[in-house]
Amino acid sequence: MPAFDTLRPLALLALAGLGAMVLSVSVGSAGLSLADTLAALTGSGNELNRTLVLELRLPRTLAAFATGGLLAVAGALMQVLLRNPLADPYVLGLSGGAAVGALLSMLGGLAGALITASAFGGALLSTLMVFGLAHGTGSWTPTRLLLTGVVVAAGWGAIITLLLALAPTRELPGMLYWLMGDVAYAGTPWPAFVLLVLACLLVIPAGRSLNVLARGPLQAAALGVNVRPMEWAIYIGASLLTATAVTTAGSIGFVGLVVPHMLRLVLGNDQRMILPACALGGGALLVLADTLARVVIAPEQLPVGVITALLGVPTFLYLLYRSR
Amino acid sequence: MDTLQARQLVIDIPGRTGGSPLNLTVEAGQVWGVLGPNGAGKTTLLHTLAGLRSPREGEVRLGDCPLTELRRRSVARQLGLVFQDRQDGFPATVLETALIGRHPWLSPWQMESGDDLNRAEAALQALDVDHLKDRLVSTLSGGERQRVAIATVLTQTPDTWLLDEPTNHLDLHHQVAVMQLLKQQAEAGRAIFMCLHDLNLAARWCDHLLLLFPNGEACWGHASQMLVPSALESLYNQKLITVEADGAPVFVPAKG
Repeated sequence: MPAFDTLRPLALLALAGLGAMVLSVSVGSAGLSLADTLAALTGSGNELNRTLVLELRLPRTLAAFATGGLLAVAGALMQVLLRNPLADPYVLGLSGGAAVGALLSMLGGLAGALITASAFGGALLSTLMVFGLAHGTGSWTPTRLLLTGVVVAAGWGAIITLLLALAPTRELPGMLYWLMGDVAYAGTPWPAFVLLVLACLLVIPAGRSLNVLARGPLQAAALGVNVRPMEWAIYIGASLLTATAVTTAGSIGFVGLVVPHMLRLVLGNDQRMILPACALGGGALLVLADTLARVVIAPEQLPVGVITALLGVPTFLYLLYRSR
Repeated sequence: MDTLQARQLVIDIPGRTGGSPLNLTVEAGQVWGVLGPNGAGKTTLLHTLAGLRSPREGEVRLGDCPLTELRRRSVARQLGLVFQDRQDGFPATVLETALIGRHPWLSPWQMESGDDLNRAEAALQALDVDHLKDRLVSTLSGGERQRVAIATVLTQTPDTWLLDEPTNHLDLHHQVAVMQLLKQQAEAGRAIFMCLHDLNLAARWCDHLLLLFPNGEACWGHASQMLVPSALESLYNQKLITVEADGAPVFVPAKG
């Protein structure tokens, strides 16, 4: 594929992402004009606007972008792994494991990086369980893996309900909001952002191998791919991306499902194109969704997970319906 | 080229205990055919020779080196495999599908070059599917897909070709065209090793044959020595009538 053909859609998506971010920092309870926003972003303008944009809105916007990008890339990777466009960190129980890990550490009074570590532990435990159980004694098939993931995810759902029932009442609103997915609780956006950039840099050289792997493990092995190590790397990588996304903004569904699916319809199936496109497109989508969540019933705010689900479910059903 | 060799090789078929070990070398310029009834292990043998399955005993070597000690990527530069079943996965065009044959030759950061594109297009042309190059593979007929799969291996340019029923789904003309293409590859110094259902195609185009019996017994050698009607009748458990046509024996199953 000529480089130009790859760069143009990516440049368009990057522009869309930037546009969404500018919109997101200028819209809110105190609306700012484009000129005011740009002035605040470049460090001039009045002090109130600068505080509002740089300290309140920008971190949240960046966190939304990074979370959306991470979820979309994780979803796209899982879909290649399972050769199934319905695969997603949520469907496979990764997010459930991460959420349980995070909730447990919150109940235990831990904070900050320990919550992230605990969430990653939960996602990885979920990974090992799903992969180990799906492998079992027999052969390892995508259908079996998908079904194991769905059942494990349901199990995590039950544990989450149990934890919520046991949690002290004063903790409940925060935990609930967080489980529905809410960028408002995001701390610093930088770990998620750095991970997103790293993931893109790592995944682009692996892209052609992923293309081959998407044609089935035997075909991939015949064309020189080391299938099993590659599959593990994808699963662990996707776990890390999901855990980081979950600790940044809670359980936001459908980004990992809808964004790769929509981009594939437009851009084809070359992973070298799709994965960076997912990072940009997923980020832009979640920034827009979060902006909507902040303004739709202002001054109240919705959890962004509600918006992505309301956008995602009909889109996905429509896509499924149209594709036969 | 490094020749593909089976040394004391017993393939791993569940529930089969016996079986004669295979000792054969697929030399450059040879066209091998593997014949046997359903379930004799033709596909398993092919996958074992490609290093995709472990043998029960013995080993497969490529040149001086056991296959298991080579990196998959360097194996893929020397061995090409046409599968009998193919998974579709995500939608891909015919040209993209042929281009993945270049995978073992490209480094991770390399994009496919114009040269790779030319090779893929020449392969599609050789298999008479170049007019379909922008179509999605999932929209093609079975025979067209089969030719795209062969074109992918042609793009891969391996020294040794392993093919599982390459004439599946092909009409008569394309069966002959594919066999001719494989023959030309052998004449150009490559080696061909294929499973075939059609006894007469094997009799016509192969110079070496391997007969694989359901109990694991096997015999192999020059085609003229293997095409013995009594042996073929016991192989397929079917009475055959032998006639001569176009300078080659033709085997017709007898009624009843």
